[in-house]
Amino acid sequence: MFKWNKNKCLRCGGCISVCPNDALELTEHGIVRDEKKCITCGICDLFCPVGAIKVKKDRDK
Amino acid sequence: MRDVIIVGAGPGGSATAKHLSEKGYSVALYEKRQEIGAPKRCGEGISLGRVERLGLNPPKNCIRQKIDGAKIYAPSGKAVEIDYGKDSGYILERKMFDKWLAEEAARKGAFVQAKTYINDVVRERGRVSGVKGESCSEKFEEKSKILVAADGVESKISRVAGLNTTCNPLFIDSGVQFEMVGIEIEDPKKIHLYFGNKIAPRGYLWIFPKGKDVANVGIGIIGNCSIPAIDYLKKFVENKEELKKGSILEVNAGSIPVGGFLKKMTLDNFLIVGDAAYQVNPIHGGGIYEAQLAGRIAAEIIDEALQKKNTSDNQLNKYNIEWWKQRGNSLRKIEKLREVVENLSDEDFNYLADKLTGEDLVNFTRGNSLVTLAKLLLKRPHLIKLAKALL
Ligand SMILES: Cc1cc2nc3c(=O)[nH]c(=O)nc-3n(C[C@H](O)[C@H](O)[C@H](O)COP(=O)(O)OP(=O)(O)OC[C@H]3O[C@@H](n4cnc5c(N)ncnc54)[C@H](O)[C@@H]3O)c2cc1C
Ligand code: SF4
Ligand code: SF4
Repeated sequence: MFKWNKNKCLRCGGCISVCPNDALELTEHGIVRDEKKCITCGICDLFCPVGAIKVKKDRDK
Repeated sequence: MRDVIIVGAGPGGSATAKHLSEKGYSVALYEKRQEIGAPKRCGEGISLGRVERLGLNPPKNCIRQKIDGAKIYAPSGKAVEIDYGKDSGYILERKMFDKWLAEEAARKGAFVQAKTYINDVVRERGRVSGVKGESCSEKFEEKSKILVAADGVESKISRVAGLNTTCNPLFIDSGVQFEMVGIEIEDPKKIHLYFGNKIAPRGYLWIFPKGKDVANVGIGIIGNCSIPAIDYLKKFVENKEELKKGSILEVNAGSIPVGGFLKKMTLDNFLIVGDAAYQVNPIHGGGIYEAQLAGRIAAEIIDEALQKKNTSDNQLNKYNIEWWKQRGNSLRKIEKLREVVENLSDEDFNYLADKLTGEDLVNFTRGNSLVTLAKLLLKRPHLIKLAKALL
């Protein structure tokens, strides 16, 4: 599970810089995740300075 | 066909563009934001020496406050004062400063375009040979002899171009900052830094004054902390008499590289400048200077490559060599210092605050006299390993 809270997010790009799998992108619509690349490791969740991302490990991955 | 296309109009991109345009090349500088410089992701501090070394003479509206020194607070509350000398540092208005840098590039002849998102590179026989993007929602493609990625920490372009720049997330700090007004600043000519694992795990809090009652109040902490940086910052503000009545004008956030410098920042027809290559001082997170200096080095190497009509990785490799010679090796030393600092307990901090002078601290942050620090660490048995790493 990956949840991005658009109201909390400051569009700083930090999560993108730490994602080991290059799964995130900052577009006009905000943070977009590539589900195929994401391994729900949670690094972006821990990193986000304002707590705008919540990740839970997917069981099937 | 451009000689050089640069992605990202931060200090790194604008400096590269300016230096290349000055030499007469056809340069395009593309920025995804609709306004260059805003929103800022920065505490806005830079020393006068750095500004001079870059040969800059910024207009008055780029400078909010002149700085004489710093006060560094240990967890015990004890402050070590640093005297930098009168007016030897600036707190900038980055919005103005970044825009001015881009203006300067344009005045020298660069084509600058905001609200232009670069999402891919063009390739010819496998080599990078331009960009694809969207400018004010119109798709476009443009070719260039050389492409420079100056697209900041969220750099996509390097990865798309084929350089794996992913670094250990532990080398990236999580930062957030309030620009506050209506606060009391004891001495607006000093920056204030607060250390302690309880208030800022593996990092510090800062107050960078922008006037008598305005300041950037921010924090940078280790990137894998289960409590978000903003919660630590809020607590700091609430617990500080001088700050708690203040208003918040801006909320800024960002990632701050604190190491993980790249050995290889080039490909055929391609190189990286600034935060995108983690070129930041790992002890205080300053990157305004580093990005522009790297831009200047890049411009010199690109100039030589274009003159020789050889823009291969082999030729551009001189950028890797030159950057490491001028900056990398000394930043690497400072990275060691950061490794020590991040392993200190609050007690260790208090011990050092009793032993060290402001002068010592200035030396350390420049990567000098680390032996003095090592000697002090050697006196505390549990720090011997850290001390050895410094020697
Ligand atoms: C909280 C915080 C506090 C800081 N405090 C200080 C300080 O006090 N002093 C100091 O010296 N440094 C400080 N820094 C660091 C400093 O801000 C950076 O090192 C500096 O801005 C790096 O410049 P740059 O040109 O490499 O990248 P940036 O300034 O990040 O510029 C990159 C630009 O590229 C654009 N871009 C990105 N992707 C694309 C794309 N695909 N297409 C088009 N454009 C794109 C971005 O919008 C951005 O404008 C701080 C950083 C943070 C996060
Ligand atoms: S790190 Fe957090 S605030 Fe920054 S862009 Fe990502 S989700 Fe938004
Ligand atoms: S959970 Fe891990 S892989 Fe997925 S977007 Fe976040 S950092 Fe990237």
